[in-house]
Amino acid sequence: MSQGNRADQYDQMNGNEGGVTVADEVTISARNVVKVFGQGASQMRALDDVSVDIRRGEFFTLLGPSGCGKTTLLRLIAGFEMPSAGTILLEGADITTLPPNRRPVNTVFQSYALFPHLTVAQNVAFGLEMLGKPAAEVRATTERMLALVKLEALAGRKTSQLSGGQQQRVALARALAPQPKVLLLDEPLSALDLKLRKEMQIELKRLQLETGITFVFVTHDQEEALTMSDRIGVMSNGKLQQVGSAKDIYTRPKNRFVASFIGETNFLTGTAEAGGVRLPTGDLISIGLSAADVGRAATVTLRPEQLRLGAVSDPGAIPARVAALVYFGTDTHCHLHLSDGTEVVARLQSPADGESGLVQGQEVGIGFAPGAAQRVED
Amino acid sequence: MAERSFHVARLPGFATTAIIVFLALYLPIITLVVYSFNASTSLAVWGGFSLDWYAKAWANTQVKDATMRSLIIASFAALISTTVATMAALGTTRRRAFKGQTAIYVMINQPLMVPEIVTAVALMILFGLIKQATGIHGLGYLILAHSAFCIPFAYLPIRARLEGMDLTLETAAADLYATPWQTFRRVTLPLLAPGMIAGAMLAFVISLDDVVITEFVKSGGQDTLPTYMLGQLRRQLTPEINAISTMLLAVTVVLLTAFFLLTRKKD
Ligand SMILES: Nc1ncnc2c1ncn2[C@@H]1O[C@H](COP(=O)(O)OP(=O)(O)OP(=O)(O)O)[C@@H](O)[C@H]1O
Ligand SMILES: [Mg+2]
Repeated sequence: MSQGNRADQYDQMNGNEGGVTVADEVTISARNVVKVFGQGASQMRALDDVSVDIRRGEFFTLLGPSGCGKTTLLRLIAGFEMPSAGTILLEGADITTLPPNRRPVNTVFQSYALFPHLTVAQNVAFGLEMLGKPAAEVRATTERMLALVKLEALAGRKTSQLSGGQQQRVALARALAPQPKVLLLDEPLSALDLKLRKEMQIELKRLQLETGITFVFVTHDQEEALTMSDRIGVMSNGKLQQVGSAKDIYTRPKNRFVASFIGETNFLTGTAEAGGVRLPTGDLISIGLSAADVGRAATVTLRPEQLRLGAVSDPGAIPARVAALVYFGTDTHCHLHLSDGTEVVARLQSPADGESGLVQGQEVGIGFAPGAAQRVED
Repeated sequence: MAERSFHVARLPGFATTAIIVFLALYLPIITLVVYSFNASTSLAVWGGFSLDWYAKAWANTQVKDATMRSLIIASFAALISTTVATMAALGTTRRRAFKGQTAIYVMINQPLMVPEIVTAVALMILFGLIKQATGIHGLGYLILAHSAFCIPFAYLPIRARLEGMDLTLETAAADLYATPWQTFRRVTLPLLAPGMIAGAMLAFVISLDDVVITEFVKSGGQDTLPTYMLGQLRRQLTPEINAISTMLLAVTVVLLTAFFLLTRKKD
C-alpha cells in the first residue's frame, strides 16, 4: 500500500475533509493499536485495532461506556503502558516505546494525584524542575500557571487543605506548566458536583483556547462531549466506532451503537430498494442508497425531535397510532405504533398551554424532513 | 423492650479486672520511679527525697561506658535494620505477587517467631567460631545481631506506610519528566520518611532494651546498660538501679510517644 493511499484512508476514517495533509496537522496518531491484558483464557482485548489522528490544537474527546478502553488508550499515549501491537506517533515520530518521562505529554489524573508533601506552587513547579529549567524560569512559569487557574492566593498551601475544585485546578496547572504538546485528561470532572462541573467545563475550554495545547479528554458523559469538543471519538468494546465533529456524530451516526449512545433515536429496519428503505409495513423511507445495497436488509435512524405528526393522508407520511403521551415540560414524548407494531417515539415541542392536541389511539401520519433519516450499519 | 447489644464493657467484674490489670502494669513502674528518688540505701525503706542515686549513676564510669555502648549499638542497629527493612518493604510491595513471597515474609519476621534464647545460643556458637578463627572481637558482632532482630520491627511501619501510598503519585511523577531515580528521591522517599523514622525509633528502643541475645553474644567488657544491670543483681542492689531504669524508661517513653505520633493516621 502506498503512503498516499494510507494517508487518504486515515483521513476518511477520521472524518478529515478537504484534503488536509496528515503530516503537518497531526499531533498524536495511533496506528492499528492493540492492547491485550492477561494471558490465555482470561485474555482481554482492551483495544482492538484502534487508529486515530488527533490534530494540533484541537479539543478531542474520547467518549464511550465504562470499560470500552478509553483510559487504556490514554495510558498508551502517556507511555504508562505499551501496546501489544501497533504504533503511536507524536508529530510523526514513533514514540511507542518511549518511557513516560521522555514524552512531552502530560496527564490530569482522575484522582488528581497531587503530591501531598508539596505545596501548591511546588506541585506546579515539579515538571519544570524535572526538566532542569533554570530557577528563575520555574518561578515565573509557576506564577503564570497559578494565575491562569486563579490560584495565586493559595500558592503556599498544602494540597490537602484544598477543595475538590481547587485541587482540580492545581492538577491542571501542574500538567500545563511544562507546556506539553498534548494534555491528556481522564474524566477530570467526574468527581465534582454538577455546578462545579459546569464551571470547570467552561474553564477547561478557556484554558485550551488560551494555551493552544492539544487536549485529549475522556468522558462517558455525552453532553460534556457534545458541548466541549472540536471532534469526538466514540468507542465501544475496544474499537473506535466513529470520529467526527459533534454535529457529524449526532446527525450522521455511522452505526447503531453510535446512534443510540449519543442522544435518543428510533431505528427502523427494512429492505433496501432503489428509492430508499422499504419497511415491512409497506411504507418507503426515501434515502439515497448505493445500487449494491438493493435487496439487502437496511436500518435507518430517525431522531425523535425530527419527527412531525400530521394527517395519515399527508404525502410520504408513515401511518401510526398514538400509544402513549408523556409530558416533560418543554416537550411531549409521543409513543407511536406502526401498523406492524414497531414502536417509534416522537418528541414534540409542547405548546403554550401544554396540550399537544393528541389523544391515545389517534391515527396520525409521521413526517420528517429529507435528510432526517440516516442509514446506519448494524 | 429491645435487647441491648452485647458489649464486653458491660460484663460483671469488667471494671475490677481492668483496674487490677492497670495496677499490675503500672504499680511496679510507679514504685520503681518513686524509689529512684529514695535517700536511703535500701530498695524497700523510704528515707526521704534525694537525687543522690542519679548523681551516683551519672558518676559511675561502668554505667557511663555501658550507656555509651548501648547507644552506639542501638544507633547502628536502627540505621542498618531500617535500611534493610526499607529495601525489603519496597521489594515486597512494589510488584505483583511472586513465588516465594510468603517465604520472604517468614524470613523477615523470623526474629518474632523463633524463641530469642534459641537465636542467642545459635549466635553465640557461630560468633564464637568466627572470633576464634579470625581473632577479631569488638562491637561488630553485637551490632550485627541487634540489626538482625530489629528488622521486623522496622519493617512493619514502613510496609504499612508503603501499602497506604497512592501508586498514581509515582505515575504522576514519571508523567512530569522525573526519571525512576528522581521519582524515588522526590516522591517515594519523602512520603515514606515518617514510616522509616518510626521504624528506626522502634528498632532503637528494641535494641536498647535487649538482654538475652546481648548477654550471649557479648565478649568480656562489652556490657550494655541492660546486661550491666543484670550483672548488678549478683551484687548488692541499691536504688542506683532504680535511677538507671528510670532514665532508660524516660528515653523509651519519649521515643515511643514520637513513634505513635508519627504512625498515627493523618486527617
Ligand atoms: N491493568 C489491567 N489488567 C487487566 N485488565 C485491564 C487492565 N486495565 C484495564 N483492563 C481492562 O480493559 C478494559 C478497558 O479498561 P479501561 O480502563 O480502558 O476502560 P474505560 O473506558 O476507561 O472505562 P471507565 O469509563 O470505567 O473508566 C476493561 O475491561 C478493563 O477491565
Ligand atoms: Mg477509565
